[in-house]
Amino acid sequence: MSIRFSVNGKPVEVDADPSKPLLWVLREDLGLTGTKFGCGIAQCGACTVHNNGTAIRSCIMPVNTVEGASITTIEGGKGQAFEAVQKAWRELDVVQCGYCQSGQIMSASALLATNAKPSDKDIDNAMQGNLCRCATYVRIRAAIHRAAELMEA
Amino acid sequence: MLGRFPQEIIDAAGSRQTQAGMTRRSFLKVTSLAGAGFVIGFTPFKSALRAAPAGDTSAMQGFGPFIRIGSDNTVTVLCKHLDKGQGVTTGLPTIVAEELDAAWSQMRAEFAPANAELYKNLVFGVQGTGGSTAIANSWMQLRKAGASARAMLCEAAAQRWKVPIDAVQVTDGVVSHSASGRQASFGELAADAAAIKPPREPKVKDPKAFRLIGTKLPRLDSPAKTSGTAQFTIDVVRPRMLVAVVAHPPKFGSRVASFDAAEAKKIAGVREVVEIPRGVAVLADGYWSATRGRDALKIKWDHSQAETRGSNALMAHYKQLAQKPAAALARADGDVEAALPKAAKVLEAEFEFPYLAHATMEPMNSVVELSPDRCEIWTGSQLQTVDQMVAAAITGLKPEQVIIHTHFAGGSFGRRAVPDSDYIAEAVMIAKTINGRAPVKLQWSREDDMRGGRYRPLTFHRLRGGLDEAGNMIAWDQRIVTQSIAVKTQFESAMVKDGVDHTSVEGASNLPYAIPNLRVDVQTPEVGVPVLWWRSVGNTHTAFANEVFMDELAHAAGQDPVEFRRRLLKGRPRHLGVLNLAAEKAGWGEQKPGKGRGRGVALHESFHSFVAQIADVTIDNDGKVKVERVVCAVDCGIAVNPDVIRAQMEGGIGYGLSAALREAVQLVNGEVQTTNFDRYQPLRIPEMPKIEVYIVSSSEAPTGVGEPGVPPIAPAVVNSIFAATGKRFRSLPLARHGLV
Repeated sequence: MSIRFSVNGKPVEVDADPSKPLLWVLREDLGLTGTKFGCGIAQCGACTVHNNGTAIRSCIMPVNTVEGASITTIEGGKGQAFEAVQKAWRELDVVQCGYCQSGQIMSASALLATNAKPSDKDIDNAMQGNLCRCATYVRIRAAIHRAAELMEA
Repeated sequence: MLGRFPQEIIDAAGSRQTQAGMTRRSFLKVTSLAGAGFVIGFTPFKSALRAAPAGDTSAMQGFGPFIRIGSDNTVTVLCKHLDKGQGVTTGLPTIVAEELDAAWSQMRAEFAPANAELYKNLVFGVQGTGGSTAIANSWMQLRKAGASARAMLCEAAAQRWKVPIDAVQVTDGVVSHSASGRQASFGELAADAAAIKPPREPKVKDPKAFRLIGTKLPRLDSPAKTSGTAQFTIDVVRPRMLVAVVAHPPKFGSRVASFDAAEAKKIAGVREVVEIPRGVAVLADGYWSATRGRDALKIKWDHSQAETRGSNALMAHYKQLAQKPAAALARADGDVEAALPKAAKVLEAEFEFPYLAHATMEPMNSVVELSPDRCEIWTGSQLQTVDQMVAAAITGLKPEQVIIHTHFAGGSFGRRAVPDSDYIAEAVMIAKTINGRAPVKLQWSREDDMRGGRYRPLTFHRLRGGLDEAGNMIAWDQRIVTQSIAVKTQFESAMVKDGVDHTSVEGASNLPYAIPNLRVDVQTPEVGVPVLWWRSVGNTHTAFANEVFMDELAHAAGQDPVEFRRRLLKGRPRHLGVLNLAAEKAGWGEQKPGKGRGRGVALHESFHSFVAQIADVTIDNDGKVKVERVVCAVDCGIAVNPDVIRAQMEGGIGYGLSAALREAVQLVNGEVQTTNFDRYQPLRIPEMPKIEVYIVSSSEAPTGVGEPGVPPIAPAVVNSIFAATGKRFRSLPLARHGLV
């Protein structure tokens, strides 16, 4: 079945099993491997991408449900919030193993795009779906606050 | 079909605690080292493991096995250790850059090939990462490598400029001669310098002259890991590659009796279905097709050899075992049996610990390309030499014909250092079964990973402690019941001494407190659930039992828990140093306990590093605990990268707290129930406390930081809950007590 949508601003057409999750279409059909597989049941957030600007878990999203959608992955991240998040992540050296960080960055940038000055509670709510086994959470929180500062400047 | 595999591999496939491919058990001579997870002495291989240098080095000049300098002025450090998050791809280049007087901006990191002769871990004797040894074992090796390359660059400049070498300087990657004003970059000198004979005894710096070590340097892996370009095993693509998933037995030790692949083969994209000793593999064009194919398999399992006990039955068995005499003795000072009856007060306590999964974010995976004379493996290899041996045994190739491309690992926490290379062996078996017709990427699902065994062992401790009338500790009696990690592996002969597996008792057998009568012994039950080292290994349970019990004894003696420990730590300056630093920074003694607030302390040495943590908790009206703040003091010798050390303490605290709060692999009738993150629930961001890390200034050689942050947090939290509530919780996780 042929499904059309856009990825990182470019139109794509994939011929895939309609039940195949978007995650595997991105990784295997489109070669965008920055988005990661962690659990397959939307519990860890490693597969987080943006659908029309909203953070979604691509591992449970059958590709036929994104027909016509505008998908953004870590490779295509841009805009003030994304750039501030990426800069803050590097400034604070958030990463350890790094495997979950694409998802963390996509969740954080979706948060900041709609809430430029998030409170700790806002951060908890937006980020609790993203697991990090290295427990980089202290720095994730600090980097989101730092990104908010960078956006203000 | 299975006749083509060596019998011992088929035997091992039942995944009892047995080891695939270890026919040459003698190749590894393992010796234990107090306080360091494990040590492997490597004997007969010598030249067998030579491999081609990594990457395109056409414009690169080699300065020994660790350093390449490019004509583009980059300095690449070949990292013999796996980076699974602990920052070795920053730490190892820091050591080189320091001695080389390079600019940090010109430093690069690359994983070294598998070649034990060049890249062995000097503590293990084979190539591998673990036991928090990466910086410690590389420290002098890389200092000398950097100093040697620096001397060669200076010599090349001196020859080119016809000036005395003593008049040549190096600053921030620029070689110069101040009298003439001449200068050259490393890149400009590299070709000439590489041809110069390295000095026999390179002169390393006086640590007082360090200018990079001890400062905050940006991690070299941050840009790639924040842009989605870092290459993990899951990202590897080879031409014509097939993705394999394996239907594993539902219980440890079960095997395939028969299977029907007819429906699976009808799934679009499924190419082959093959039986291997560890189950039935479905190979497809992609992961989704392979998984759908696996779902369509019909398999009959033979459970006759399976472990069928559950976690509760095993714990009940362990408690019975703890009552029996004749446990193996790990330490005996004085006479505990004589001392305890004389004590004014005797405390007894029992501690229970569940199986724990490493649950790395990247489920286990590996890519294998097999040809008649070569087996290439792409994976986050943590024990390259062992992985080579296992792949060689399965394929019939020589170890040097096994080429390993080490990739960033999406976490390990010990999971990727496997004596039988389980998930790598599985991919090699599949590649061999299909006669190398296509490269194979084996990808485990989260469920495969959580059901895959190799857990932190289920463990039981029984402690008795005696105090005299004045509240002095006069006796300590500790019995540990836990499965051995090393038994029936190639590590057994050296790690298990007189019936004691060092990893079962580490952290207890070296209890630092001065107690005249002290006994630590261990019962080692045989269980068919495979176990493995889990970030800080035996210290995960010994630190908890010891430090919670110390808190109980302090209260029984009517003494302040910090003061009580101090008195027993005379002659232990590094333990005292971190204890005092943490107490000072946390404001110990100023706390007002009770009314839902508590503060607790714990102290532990592991992997030659010393860590004290003080936790502040609150308990809400529903009786739920929140860890608000943790103050952590660490002494790990010279702090090479202070910010990485802080990150490892933060991460270690988070990892340990995660286990303390909710983690437990639950087995019912031999089957794992906690198969994904809905039922095995790691720590999430709202539960992460504020953390302050203080590093003790030291001139000692650097020691590990990957693991030592983990052990103290659980006892510190439980001790703080006691301060808040007067209730003592001795079994983990705390969710079992309704606290989470």
